[in-house]
Amino acid sequence: MFAVVGTVPDDDFPVVKGAVFVDGDVLHVEGSGRIHEIPINRGTAALLAAAFMVCRYFGKPAPEAFLVGDTGRGHGSRRLYQRLEETLSDSFYTSLTFHYIQPDVDWHNRVLFAVEEMKTRPILIADAGFMYAAKMSGQAPAYDVFTPDMGELAFLADESAPHPFYTRGFILHENNRAPQLVERAYGHDNAARYLLVKGAQDLIADRSGILETVGEPSTEALEAIGGTGDIITGLLAGLTGIGWDIPDACTASARISREAGRDANPDPGTQVSDIIRHIPEALDRLR
Amino acid sequence: MGFLNLFKRSPDKSGSGGTQSADRGIMVFDNTSEVIRAETVIRENGWRVRVMGPPAEIRTGCDLVIEFPLIEHLNIRRLLEDAGVEPLQTVPVTGPLLEPVDIFFTKDFGAFLMVRAANMKITIDKQSSVIVNISGGGCPDVPFLAMEMVGKKLNDAPRPCSIGHTLCGYALDLAYEEIQRQYQCLQ
Repeated sequence: MFAVVGTVPDDDFPVVKGAVFVDGDVLHVEGSGRIHEIPINRGTAALLAAAFMVCRYFGKPAPEAFLVGDTGRGHGSRRLYQRLEETLSDSFYTSLTFHYIQPDVDWHNRVLFAVEEMKTRPILIADAGFMYAAKMSGQAPAYDVFTPDMGELAFLADESAPHPFYTRGFILHENNRAPQLVERAYGHDNAARYLLVKGAQDLIADRSGILETVGEPSTEALEAIGGTGDIITGLLAGLTGIGWDIPDACTASARISREAGRDANPDPGTQVSDIIRHIPEALDRLR
Repeated sequence: MGFLNLFKRSPDKSGSGGTQSADRGIMVFDNTSEVIRAETVIRENGWRVRVMGPPAEIRTGCDLVIEFPLIEHLNIRRLLEDAGVEPLQTVPVTGPLLEPVDIFFTKDFGAFLMVRAANMKITIDKQSSVIVNISGGGCPDVPFLAMEMVGKKLNDAPRPCSIGHTLCGYALDLAYEEIQRQYQCLQ
């Protein structure tokens, strides 16, 4: 069993821990005595839906979700951090993926301490706000995979930036120089063991440099579509969660998302749920 | 919004004519939306201040502060008290502060136009100005902002600065203003 941690854009949504399933364009989460329904349009719901597709395809148990409502004030995120701090050390997960959550270094560190106390250390994947907090805390090497886009790679490469909003211009201008940004991120210990960089070409890298580049199929419109990065991270969560080797899972995640994206025949107005439903066909071709 | 003056099109001339950091202070607030409200109030009353990144010792993860001329501390403090948006603390500036990114990337998809500011992207239908997608970011107000804005015309959608609370929301507001400017040029 693997788990995904994140938020949904509804302040009334309670802290919920439970297994998920997908029905149409709706994610269902069992928790707090009832089943919660969340539209799969972007964010952690899209990530979980992609991870669920992997599990269903391979006949594996569905992922478990740690979710809370948060529209940006951080109150929900702090309640979720607290739940994680209190419960993770007694849990068993093959992988743990952290996603949209209010970046908070102090709470991040508390959660990481709880992870370190788990009897079996899960594969740790960080994306979005939690990746920002992980980098800012100086604990990036404790993670197995970060999944930045190119702008976030520049943020990881900028040792002084606490958030992508503060990435210095001379580093941002290195957008087309991924190898240098990767080297700089590792040079300052601001990267996880592996990087899966999402972009026009997806890159898999580690401290030695770029290991693999996945650029096909190439569908330009995907860049504008909110949630495409969440799909890749969800696929990675699913594949590592069911036991795949990390580099293989990174490469496959990039390929599957590209195939599904192409199959959706998107334009920049396409919604991410239209891509997620093509994941099974893409998995068919990967086999 | 005044804070958009941070960007290169309108370079900041903060305070009374480029004072040194020794004459500057920063006001720290509970969250980013309070920073935006306070900055609006201060600017509406004639002071020129800058929204910046906090120094490392008071940084928590998703922060902005307001840099202001220390000599105006009491006046600004009184103004903010009257407006009901009081800072948590006020401290002198003792070193360089982080500056927000100031670069926009624009991509023309033919029928669609996308603008990126920092880590946030907004895409519109060029003919109707309907916001068709919002992507990027990592703070939890991003899915909320997308839910509230996608499917609406630029002028009908809520401003990210009015309903967002984080640096990602702030960045999206910058992208929003830029794409609105570019859309008007297209008309």
